[in-house]
Amino acid sequence: MTPRLEVAGLTKRFGGLLAVREISFAIAGGEILGLIGPNGSGKSTVMKCILGIERPTAGSVRIEGTEVAGWPTHRIARRGVGIVFQHSQPLPRQTVLEHIEIALLPDSLLRLFADRHVAERARAIAARVGLERVMHRLPRTLPFADLRRLELAKAIARNPKVVLVDEPFAGLTAAEVADFSVLIRSFRDDGHAVLLVDHNVKGVAALVDRVLAMYLGERIAEGTAAEVMRDDTVRRVYLGGRIQTTLRDAARPAERKPLLEVAGLSVSYGKAQALEDVSLRVGAGEFVSVVGLNGAGKTTLFNAICGLVPAIGSLRFDGQDLRGRSAARIARGGLVQCPETRELFGGMSVRENLDLGGQHLTRQACVRQLDWLFELFPILRARGGQSARTLSGGEQQMLAIARALMMQPRLLILDEPTLGLAPVILELLSQALDRLRRTTDITVLLGEQNITFALPHAERVYVLEHARIVWEGPPDRLAAEAGAGLL
Amino acid sequence: MLRSRNFWLAMVSLVALTLLPLGVSGYILGLLTVAYYYAVAAMAWDLLFGFAGEVNFGPSFLVGLGAYTAALLNVYAAMPILPCLLAAAAAAVTGGLVLAVPALRLRGPYFGLVTLVAVLLLQNILVLFSGVTGGEIGLPLPDVLAIDDHANYWYALGFMTISGGLLFGLSRSSAGLILQASGQDAVQAAALGFNVAKHKLAAFCISALFSGLAGAMLVFYLGTVSVGTVVDISIGVQFIIAAVLGGRRTIIGAAIGSIFLIVAGEVLRPLGELSTFVVSTFALVVILFFPGGFLGLLAGRRG
Repeated sequence: MTPRLEVAGLTKRFGGLLAVREISFAIAGGEILGLIGPNGSGKSTVMKCILGIERPTAGSVRIEGTEVAGWPTHRIARRGVGIVFQHSQPLPRQTVLEHIEIALLPDSLLRLFADRHVAERARAIAARVGLERVMHRLPRTLPFADLRRLELAKAIARNPKVVLVDEPFAGLTAAEVADFSVLIRSFRDDGHAVLLVDHNVKGVAALVDRVLAMYLGERIAEGTAAEVMRDDTVRRVYLGGRIQTTLRDAARPAERKPLLEVAGLSVSYGKAQALEDVSLRVGAGEFVSVVGLNGAGKTTLFNAICGLVPAIGSLRFDGQDLRGRSAARIARGGLVQCPETRELFGGMSVRENLDLGGQHLTRQACVRQLDWLFELFPILRARGGQSARTLSGGEQQMLAIARALMMQPRLLILDEPTLGLAPVILELLSQALDRLRRTTDITVLLGEQNITFALPHAERVYVLEHARIVWEGPPDRLAAEAGAGLL
Repeated sequence: MLRSRNFWLAMVSLVALTLLPLGVSGYILGLLTVAYYYAVAAMAWDLLFGFAGEVNFGPSFLVGLGAYTAALLNVYAAMPILPCLLAAAAAAVTGGLVLAVPALRLRGPYFGLVTLVAVLLLQNILVLFSGVTGGEIGLPLPDVLAIDDHANYWYALGFMTISGGLLFGLSRSSAGLILQASGQDAVQAAALGFNVAKHKLAAFCISALFSGLAGAMLVFYLGTVSVGTVVDISIGVQFIIAAVLGGRRTIIGAAIGSIFLIVAGEVLRPLGELSTFVVSTFALVVILFFPGGFLGLLAGRRG
C-alpha cells in the first residue's frame, strides 16, 4: 500500500548552512510518527518542506504517491496536507465559528456566500474539539488552550490525509494535554497519517507509534518511543554521555555576596503562563546554569531579568531594584545578555559589531577589551573585516558572546549558546568559557538544554520545567536527582 | 441585516444625504461632490490595506490612470462619457496588474515602495508630455457629467453608494473572509489551501477598478484634469488618511473619513494656511491614539 506521506532524501540548505540532510521516512494512514530533536535540529524545516513553506533543496515529498516537492503551499494543502500551528494570528472581528468556516471555504474568488452546510459542519467541528460553548466569541477573548483547539478545528475542517502537528502540547496544562491527546488519536482512528513535531520524546511517547530523532539536520535514531529513549546517541545529545563536573574551588554559595536576586517572578504571554513564581540567586563571581527543555521558560526568564518582557515579582541586581528600568539602562548597568538568537548585525563587519558593543567605553578601554577578546576568540581577529552574516554558526556565536563581553558586564547571561552548533564547536566554546571563568571574576548565568555543556562549568544548577523551578543543587547530583525529566 | 442598527443608521444617513440639496447651497454641494469621489478611492484603498494587508502608498496612481485615460480619450478621440469611463476602469485595472504582479512577489515594505515610485513615474510622464496631457496647468474636457449642481451631487452620491455597497458586501463575503485571512497570516491561509497571491491580486484589481472609475468621474465633474488634482502624492495621502481616520477594515469608515477631511478643511478655512495644519494634527492624534479610527472608537464604546 502506498504510504500517505513519504519523504525521501529530503535536504534543505540555507546558504552555507545544511539544515536538513537526507531525511527519509514514511507514514501510513492510521499511524502517528513523532519527529523529535532539540532546537536547531532541523525538524521544523522538515515540516516546512513537507508543506511547501520552504522549498526543499533536494529529495522528494510524496502524498499518496504524488510528488509535491517544490509545489506552492496552497496546492500541497489542497492535496491533503493539514497543519496544526502552534500560534496563529486570528482575525480581529470574526468569531470562533467564523474562523472554522473560513477553513471550510473553497479557494474561490467568486464565491460570495458560503454553502448552507458550511455553518452546520463548522458547528459540528467546534463541538468535536470542545469549542461549543465559546463558538460565538472572538478569539482574543479565549484562553490559550482554546486558541490551540481552534487551530485543531481548522485542520480537521480541511479533512487532510496527512496532519502535521507542531509542538502539540506546548504551554498546556496536564488536563489539557490529555484532551489534546484524545483529539490527536482521533485523527489516527479516522485513518489520517499524523506527524507530531516536538522537542523531546517524553512528551509524545504515549501518543506515537514510531519516533524519528534528529540532530543537526541528520537522523540519529528511529524506532518505538522506548527504543529511541534507550538509544545511546539520543541520550548523548540530550543528556550528554558522561557528565563531567569540574568543581572550581570556590567559596560556598552562601558566603558570596548576592549579585542577582530574583524572587517570585512570573511572566505570561497573553493567555500562556511562561514563567511561574521563579526565584533564584546568583552570587558575585559565581557560575550558575539554568537547564531545562525548550519551552520550559529559560529565555523568558532571561528576558524578564533584562527588562525585555514585563514581569511580576522582584528583581534586584547588586542590591538595586531593576523594575521600571529600561532594557538599555539595565544593560549599561552591567547586566548583559547574549541572546539565544544572537541578534548580530548581519550586514556589519565583525569589528563593527564588536565596536558597537564597546560604544560606551573609552578609546583605550575599548582597545584593551578588544585585545583580550581576540585572545579569547582568535578566530574573530582573522575574520575582523568580514560581515557577520557570512560567518559560520560557531563563529557567529563567538562573536555574539564577544560583543556582549565588550560591554564589560558584571553579570553575563548566555542563553543557549550551543543552539544548532556541531560538537567540535561546542568543545571550542566550552574551552573559551573555561578560560573566561578562570581568568576573570565575571559572573555568568547560563541557560542550556544541553546538559553536557551546561554542567562542567557550573557551581550551581537550577532545573526549569514547565515555567517553574523544580530542582536546585550542585551539578554532580543533577543526573541522579533530576536527569529523568530532561530526556 | 434588517435588524442591525448599523444598517438602519446607514439608511437614514443616505436618505438625509439624498435630501441635502434641498437645504444647502451649491457651494457646499460642490465640496461634497468631490468628497464622495474621494470617498470611493479611499474605500478601494481600505480593501487593500484593511483586508489584503497590503499598504498601497500610491492610490493616486490608480486614480490618475483612470482620470487621464478618460480625459485623453474624451479630448482627442471625442469619445462619449460612458465608454470613457469603461476605458478608464480598464486602464486602471491593467496598470494595476502591471504594477502588482511583480510587486506582490516582494515581501515586507517593498510592495508599498513600488506603489510609491509608480505615482512619481506617472506624474513625471504626464508633466513630460504636458503638450498632450496639459501637465500641471490642466486639460479642459469638452464633456461634463452635468451642469446642474444638484445633478452632479446626486451622480456622486449614487456612485459612492453603489461602490460602497459593492465593496462592503465583498468585504463581508466568503471571498472577503479569505482575503482577510490572507492579509492577516499568509502562511496560515496557504496552509488552508488558499492561493494567497490570487486573492491579493484580485483585491488589487478590484481596488484599481473603483479607483480608476472614481478618477474618471471626478474629472468629468470638474471638467478639467490636472496632475495636482488627481495624481499628486498629496492627493494619495489624503485617501490614505481618510481611510485610516475613518477606521481600518470597515470600508464605510473610509467614506466617513473622506467627507470629514473635506468638510473639516472647509470649516477651518478662516484659519487660512493653518487649516491644513490643524486637520493634519487632528488626523495624527487620531492615528496615534485611536488606531481603530472613528468607527473603531464607536465600536469600542459600545463593546
